[in-house]
Amino acid sequence: MTEPQTIHALKGAYGDLAFSEYRGQTRVVVPLALIHDVLETLKERLGFDLLVDITCVDYLRYRGAQDRFGMVYLLANVETNERITARTFVNDPEPTVPSMVDLWAGADWLEREVWDLFGIRFSGHPDLRRIVLPDGFEAHPLRKDYPLQGRGERHNLPVIRRAEG
Amino acid sequence: MAIVELPENVRITSLDRLVAWCRSYSLWPMPYATACCGIELMATGASRTDISRFGAEVFRFSPRQCDLMLVAGRVVMKMMPVLQRIWQQMYEPKWCVAMGACASTGGVFDTYSVVQGIDRFIPVDVYVPGCPPRPEQLIQSLVDLQQKIQAEDTIFGREFDAPSRQRAKRPLQE
Ligand code: SF4
Repeated sequence: MTEPQTIHALKGAYGDLAFSEYRGQTRVVVPLALIHDVLETLKERLGFDLLVDITCVDYLRYRGAQDRFGMVYLLANVETNERITARTFVNDPEPTVPSMVDLWAGADWLEREVWDLFGIRFSGHPDLRRIVLPDGFEAHPLRKDYPLQGRGERHNLPVIRRAEG
Repeated sequence: MAIVELPENVRITSLDRLVAWCRSYSLWPMPYATACCGIELMATGASRTDISRFGAEVFRFSPRQCDLMLVAGRVVMKMMPVLQRIWQQMYEPKWCVAMGACASTGGVFDTYSVVQGIDRFIPVDVYVPGCPPRPEQLIQSLVDLQQKIQAEDTIFGREFDAPSRQRAKRPLQE
């Protein structure tokens, strides 16, 4: 639940942000250019000091979707128990969003995970490497245009026979 | 040639058979448990089913002390080199049991990262069906493996010269 004064403060600072509410959760859609600013305001002025998660949704071939990727930032205020979801959209080619590592050090691995699985670049990230998949992996498998059974990565390994130990 | 009556408690056998008999009742398992099957593997070691009745209770977590690798659970492509390395660190003679649908075939996890059966990349002696297999099934696989060892194991590994062992295993391509 987000307090009305939080929504009010955000609207006062940034004008026409799109707020919506679903089952007691408040979501705000922020233009890509403003996302770092808005999250900084949420953290420094409005007390959302806990970054719960950063994740991403691929809207390829999704009904009614206009953009390819939706970035999702889940924040919490541990003083007041408020929660808010901030979203922004990015598109091909080379989808890039600003990194939040300067606001929350914990964003480091979360952004590496999004890079690993969705191929979203984070400008300003200190160390954008794969985190879950092996380093040699080429694709970003949670994208909807990646086949479920992969492109043969799971078969492309050395074989050990009895004679070889 | 005179037929000599053997005294009681004396048997004649070949050294190969004797060694194989000894080996089969002192398997030291290496629990390579990566998923839910590992829980059933633990249950097999617990008192109700008690794997030590079959001489295989000495679970060791160092591959250098083991001769039976129990792969319990799915193996992903990032884990496969680790599994192979552990397998190579085990001394001969050594055997491998693929426990459960996942280790044997990939199970329901037909996805980009899960290896579709560890036998594509390392040798497997016994497959245990089930999801997860009951402890009785795992013990049955142990008994089967003991029979296999007693039937064909030799001191110097001559059984590996058999033509049926020479076929090269290739990973299936899609
Ligand atoms: S076979 Fe079933 S119980 Fe065993 S690892 Fe796979 S899913 Fe889990």
